[in-house]
Amino acid sequence: MIISKKTKEQIAFAIFRILGIITLGVLIWILGFICFNGISVMSWDFIFSYPEEGMTSGGIFPAIVGTLYLVLGSIIIAFPLGVMSAIYTVEYAKNNWVTKLIRIMTNNLASIPSIVFGLFGMTLFVNTLAFGDSIIAGSLTLSLLILPVVIRTTEEALKAVPNTYRTGSMALGANKIQTIKRIILPTAFPNIITGLVLSIGRVSGETAPILFTVVAYFLPKLPSSIFDQVMALPYHLYVLATSGTDIEKSRPVAYGTALVLIIIVLLMNTVAGVIKNQFQKNKK
Amino acid sequence: MNKVLEKFVESLLKMSSAVTGITVLLIIIFLFKEGLGLFKSSTVEKGYTLVVNTQNPVNRLTSVEIKEIFDSEIENWKDVGGSNDDIRIFRFDEIFTMYSDEELGDGYSLLPQKLGEIIQSDSTIIAFLPLKYVPKNMSGIKELKTDIISISDFFLGTTWLPTATPSALFGILPLIVGTLLVSFIAIIIAIPFGVGVAIYLSEIASEKVRKVMKPAIELLAGIPSVVYGFFGLVVVAPIVQKVGGLTLGETAFTGSLILAIMALPTIITISEDALRNTPKAMRDASYALGANRWQTIYKVVIPYASSGISAAIILGIGRAIGETMAVLMVTGNAAVMPHSLFESVRTIPATIAAELGEAPGGGTHYQSLFLLGCVLFLITLIISIISEKISGRKIIKE
Amino acid sequence: MIEAKNVNFYYHTFHALKDINMQIEDNSVTALIGPSGCGKSTFLRLFNRMNDEIDGAKLTGECLINNENIYHKSVQVDLLRKNVGMVFQKPNPFPKSILENVAYGLRVNGINNKQLIEEKVKESLTAAALWNEVKDKLHKSAFELSGGQQQRLCIARALAVSPSILLMDEPASALDPISTAKIEELIFELKQRYTIIIVTHNMQQAARVSDKTGFFMYGELVEHSETKKMFLAPDKTETQNYITGRFG
Repeated sequence: MIISKKTKEQIAFAIFRILGIITLGVLIWILGFICFNGISVMSWDFIFSYPEEGMTSGGIFPAIVGTLYLVLGSIIIAFPLGVMSAIYTVEYAKNNWVTKLIRIMTNNLASIPSIVFGLFGMTLFVNTLAFGDSIIAGSLTLSLLILPVVIRTTEEALKAVPNTYRTGSMALGANKIQTIKRIILPTAFPNIITGLVLSIGRVSGETAPILFTVVAYFLPKLPSSIFDQVMALPYHLYVLATSGTDIEKSRPVAYGTALVLIIIVLLMNTVAGVIKNQFQKNKK
Repeated sequence: MNKVLEKFVESLLKMSSAVTGITVLLIIIFLFKEGLGLFKSSTVEKGYTLVVNTQNPVNRLTSVEIKEIFDSEIENWKDVGGSNDDIRIFRFDEIFTMYSDEELGDGYSLLPQKLGEIIQSDSTIIAFLPLKYVPKNMSGIKELKTDIISISDFFLGTTWLPTATPSALFGILPLIVGTLLVSFIAIIIAIPFGVGVAIYLSEIASEKVRKVMKPAIELLAGIPSVVYGFFGLVVVAPIVQKVGGLTLGETAFTGSLILAIMALPTIITISEDALRNTPKAMRDASYALGANRWQTIYKVVIPYASSGISAAIILGIGRAIGETMAVLMVTGNAAVMPHSLFESVRTIPATIAAELGEAPGGGTHYQSLFLLGCVLFLITLIISIISEKISGRKIIKE
Repeated sequence: MIEAKNVNFYYHTFHALKDINMQIEDNSVTALIGPSGCGKSTFLRLFNRMNDEIDGAKLTGECLINNENIYHKSVQVDLLRKNVGMVFQKPNPFPKSILENVAYGLRVNGINNKQLIEEKVKESLTAAALWNEVKDKLHKSAFELSGGQQQRLCIARALAVSPSILLMDEPASALDPISTAKIEELIFELKQRYTIIIVTHNMQQAARVSDKTGFFMYGELVEHSETKKMFLAPDKTETQNYITGRFG
């Protein structure tokens, strides 16, 4: 039997459609599972109180605060550094071996597994610079991890600014700094911020880099300086899921923690989407 | 004045763009500095030594021999090149059952003397002692020579027992095999879905469907790896256990399933970009010759995008190999050579994550974990270079 | 007066301008014509040093404005560009309000007095024949204007910093005929106060708006004379061929 061209097309398209549906299905399964199980423990109390009874009940407040500190710390370091680096490569550097080298290094940094960052952070920040396990060591480690993300998104945002803006500004007697400050950065801003927001999502979920640089299994109080350890959401989930005092009893708390992590990511993706949409609307 | 400010800003920007390069360099320096120390270390635990009677013809033992002697797998000296006598293992602690604290003197000042006497009196003894209590200048005893850990021990050794005493074993072959096994199976599972969804999104799906699918895939990429690990642990592992009729659900296969899901967004996004970059003129040419959409897709679009798709797949492999937490949580973490997909395995990143916390700083175990980090770094570096080379090929073609 | 003396210009090894000598009088309109890639735009951009930004660019000879070599070390490029305004092929307003577009040149030159800025904006928009069309929506985005309006906005933007020379690089090539007519009318008005050099592909346009015309080919200035003479009785056969459409 000869299958007609048309039938072949229909079969092929049906297969691709099914693959798409399965992928979407997996996502819904994961999200649904976490939401369904996590929603029952979710409450203001869960978010704002301390763990109790060997972390089998109570809340996850210190872990949320710890993650917040780490996000803040790493963004404060990585964001300006990444944006400045991107400005250099896009606006200043000539297309020569220096730019090429910078690009290769950025790509390499992006391909390094997160656990290697953990190892590096431990030798450099914790041991050599003697910060000990601390917010500062963890934030520095995480900032190196997201630096390539910030650089790439910023580079892309800057490249999307039409060249005519640059020549237009130059022709009016503006120098490079004025052109960057007054024209290029304001134009590229929404895209840069989108990258920033997405890297916040990334930082809040990373575990491997903070394992040996900052995070603690359990702390009875909040940190008082950047040289203190903190708890963090992803590590908290890891501990609860694999090595808590009573794994069965701490399951609900684990579901809740996973849900909080998912909500953070969802929130960040939504914010990024909204900024992007708003920007595209304004452009028209 | 303005000129000075401009120069200053430019050099500031230049310096910040050097940070990534400096970081990569520092990572290489620090990792290798810590890691390569391993090859200078003795296989016997630091601060300890093995002592035998001078009448014993054996002068040197390999780390595997030491391990087997202390595990009582080798019980006769003739198996390691000595006389036909049973081996008597003497562990340091035993001295405290033989003598009281008073007999050992103030601050154990007589301890080395007593240890020496014991070894002198028995030609079949092998004693595992702290260096500081080894009797000095005493006739009738000798320290055994042991190996320095070699590169081939590390890369070709099949046993990973980094905390074993008296002689630890640092064979990373099971970890490498575990890592590659889990990652490659993951990619094999992920390829049809990843490439299929990319084709669906770029060629078939309506704008409406794209608007739903694209953010969904971004979300899939954004979910933290611990959450995947948690999901794998509580949902996927029990399913694998039940379906496969296994005693344990945490297997290499479970890890591959989770990694496949995690590698999907990378494969989908990069492949889709490659597919979308196919020039419209090329599609039009195909349609104009009477090809329908599917024929155009698989005869024109996919071949055109093939280098981009390959790059996407290779990047996906890189992702999978470096993934730590999810794999740590679902593969069961047995550091043994895997014989099937449905056994526990342990990957390189999972080993580092699980063991570094307990490895004393500067010791051989600690060094070996850093060396594992170096291995991981090099593997991912090679993968990223390959994928760049492949996706770079397209530019030449254009 | 604007003057080019023995100007040679290279992009890496490509010899883009060959031994150009040219004098341009104040308050005149000079059109530069010639086939694509003949060097006319490169020549235009010499006078506000926009070629400085290009990799591998090299200049020999002298470019003089009022007898001062603008490539001398002591010349500040930003001040030069303030004095020599430029209008580009495609309208390129910034993603800012109409007012802020015109005010931009003032602000980057350190003027922040609100009243002064508003006066200057009005003056420039009026000079660019745009004031009546935009006076009620000065705070709206410049992108809401039509293409022709945007180009006049760009002219106003250039005028706001009080230049004495205006360089126009095919200012009407991206516009419809009606907008083009308006720009040409404007050029005619502006020459009372400014020296204008305009690069154009359109020979009728050159004939309509300019007093003098320079014809470029293969990086050489083939002929430079009164526009009327150039179009009616050119000295060189190359010019004749180009104008009559036998070349380019």
